Amino acid sequence: MEHASVPPLFNVAICGGTHGNELTGVYVVRELQKQKMEKVGSVSITTVETNPRAVAAGRRYTEMDLNRCFTDVLLSSPITESTPYELRRAQELNAQLGPKGSAEAVDLLIDLHNTTSNMGLCFIFYSLDWITLHIYKYIQNKMSSMPVRAIQLDIPISNAYSLESVGKHGFAIEVGPQPNGVVRADVFNMVKEAVDLTLAWLQEFSSGHTFEGGTVEAYTLVKSVDYPRDSAGKITAAIHQDLQDNDFKLLRSGDPIFLTFSGETLKYEGEDLYPFFVNECAYYEKKIAFHLAQKKTYSFPSICVKKD
Amino acid sequence: MQVDEPVLLPRLSRVAVCGGTHGNELSGVYLVREMLKTQKGKVDREPASVLMVLSNPRAMQQCRRYSDTDLNRCFTHATLKCLCPSGPISEGAPYEIFRSRELNAMLGPKGSRAAVDLICDLHNTTANMGLCFIAYSDCDWICLHIFKYLQKQMSDTPMRFIHFDVSNKESYSLDSIGKHGFAMEIGPQPHGCVKSNIYTAMKEGVEHMLNWVGCFNSGCVFEGGLVEVFTMVKNIDYPRDGETRNITATIHPHLQDRDFCLLQPGDPLFQTFSGETLTYKGNEPLYPFFINECAYYEKGIALSLARKKCVTVPSIWVQAEEEERTSERSFASEEEE
Repeated sequence: MEHASVPPLFNVAICGGTHGNELTGVYVVRELQKQKMEKVGSVSITTVETNPRAVAAGRRYTEMDLNRCFTDVLLSSPITESTPYELRRAQELNAQLGPKGSAEAVDLLIDLHNTTSNMGLCFIFYSLDWITLHIYKYIQNKMSSMPVRAIQLDIPISNAYSLESVGKHGFAIEVGPQPNGVVRADVFNMVKEAVDLTLAWLQEFSSGHTFEGGTVEAYTLVKSVDYPRDSAGKITAAIHQDLQDNDFKLLRSGDPIFLTFSGETLKYEGEDLYPFFVNECAYYEKKIAFHLAQKKTYSFPSICVKKD
Repeated sequence: MQVDEPVLLPRLSRVAVCGGTHGNELSGVYLVREMLKTQKGKVDREPASVLMVLSNPRAMQQCRRYSDTDLNRCFTHATLKCLCPSGPISEGAPYEIFRSRELNAMLGPKGSRAAVDLICDLHNTTANMGLCFIAYSDCDWICLHIFKYLQKQMSDTPMRFIHFDVSNKESYSLDSIGKHGFAMEIGPQPHGCVKSNIYTAMKEGVEHMLNWVGCFNSGCVFEGGLVEVFTMVKNIDYPRDGETRNITATIHPHLQDRDFCLLQPGDPLFQTFSGETLTYKGNEPLYPFFINECAYYEKGIALSLARKKCVTVPSIWVQAEEEERTSERSFASEEEE
């Protein structure tokens, strides 16, 4: 079987509150800070509440979505008086945890999010690197009582717009369903366990353990579908009850997707694909009712830390 | 009063259906918009006229609960009269205070003969409450009969009647403007989202209510019976950090989503973020509701608790016009007092 030795991971950043009303990450980060989690084995841990102003306001963001501010272009744009708060904050975070693409960047960045969609626990990442895939596989095996899935966004790193792209390796942990502004204990426990398992994996990796390779299924984003809207841009339908809460259940042509407010059913036309982020509250303004993905299988080698 | 003789009540000539009182509770927003589209505003829906109102357009536009202050706390007599009725509002006044005066002029004035006969104010909650009526009275036979009728028509929908024992003087919400009124609260739905099953339940609830009003006004006798009522007793806040006031725990997994399941002393109540279970320390078993309602974190409410009782609702019948004029005269003399 194929095997790879990879460079050691010295530091990890755990981030929460990137969207100020996605509360699980806020409270996980605060709890880690309370427990003074600064090191696990030889790996040092940084915990960051990334958007404190949005958290204080109980809103996703104050001026612009922080998690769209991390493209190379935006990170290098000059700061003026009119620069939105979140863009300034992105550049601060890039200085603290990056710079993105450089040797100084944190080895692993984990960003904690919630969704109103029934997605269970999802890893979201840009690139299928082996560190991320191994951590995902490890967590999926250990948290076998709940759905744990992987979503890949096929975007080159320079265009990658979210916080986790700042680290040498990075992924978002997205857990739902949870309403914005609410913290549910079951979701909190799930995320805390995933974070604890990630730290356990890092410790084992650093102490020389070899992790077996294998295959993993991931959902790759293909396209998005918006709500039907009227001439004023207001939505005229809600997600149909047959689709609601059925993230990752294969959607076929002819399946209901919307129920108009006057009671009419609208159906899906297109290739068989897997919906996710179904009825995510924050995406109404981004004109997304749901995303559609293909499922792909990826294989990866066994790995262990490279010894000097 | 003989047990089998119906109570005579005045006809309900004007009914208001309000949505968007909280701008991010979207089922009511889209339902009222849809009804405005199909019924084109104030329409004679024989034999009552129905007003559709979007209560807080600014909050709706921002998709927030409120712009400056919670509109649904602005309808006490004191708040409605705190500014000179004929004078201009000071520039710094919260938008919702201004709007509550407009709504009081449109649907009230509260406490007067001109007020609409019935207000149904549409709300959503993140709590797993199914469909609830929330009213200030446990003996407003109109509201209780509408509830009883909906229970029968929508027998698959979990439905409860919640009574807030607040005097007319202290009543603070929009539905208190009308001669009769209640909030129709449906969950669970995240704020800022619309779920089709919740929207559909609200749509059906409102349609059945309007059908009931039509039948009542046309002279149907509605048989009395027993209705279970949950009377609010107290609220419990989250445990909080002494300095920052940040919450240090959240609703325990065993309690989450179990609205209206009896909570016994010693039952798990909260789970701290460090994993400890805190239990309910009350003396009596009570029924929890509004468990983990998003908007109540800032109001210091993790859950509300109620006692359950059975209310005997009499049969009712619309009052004939002669009798209505007699009772109006006595109403007028009460007003003058």
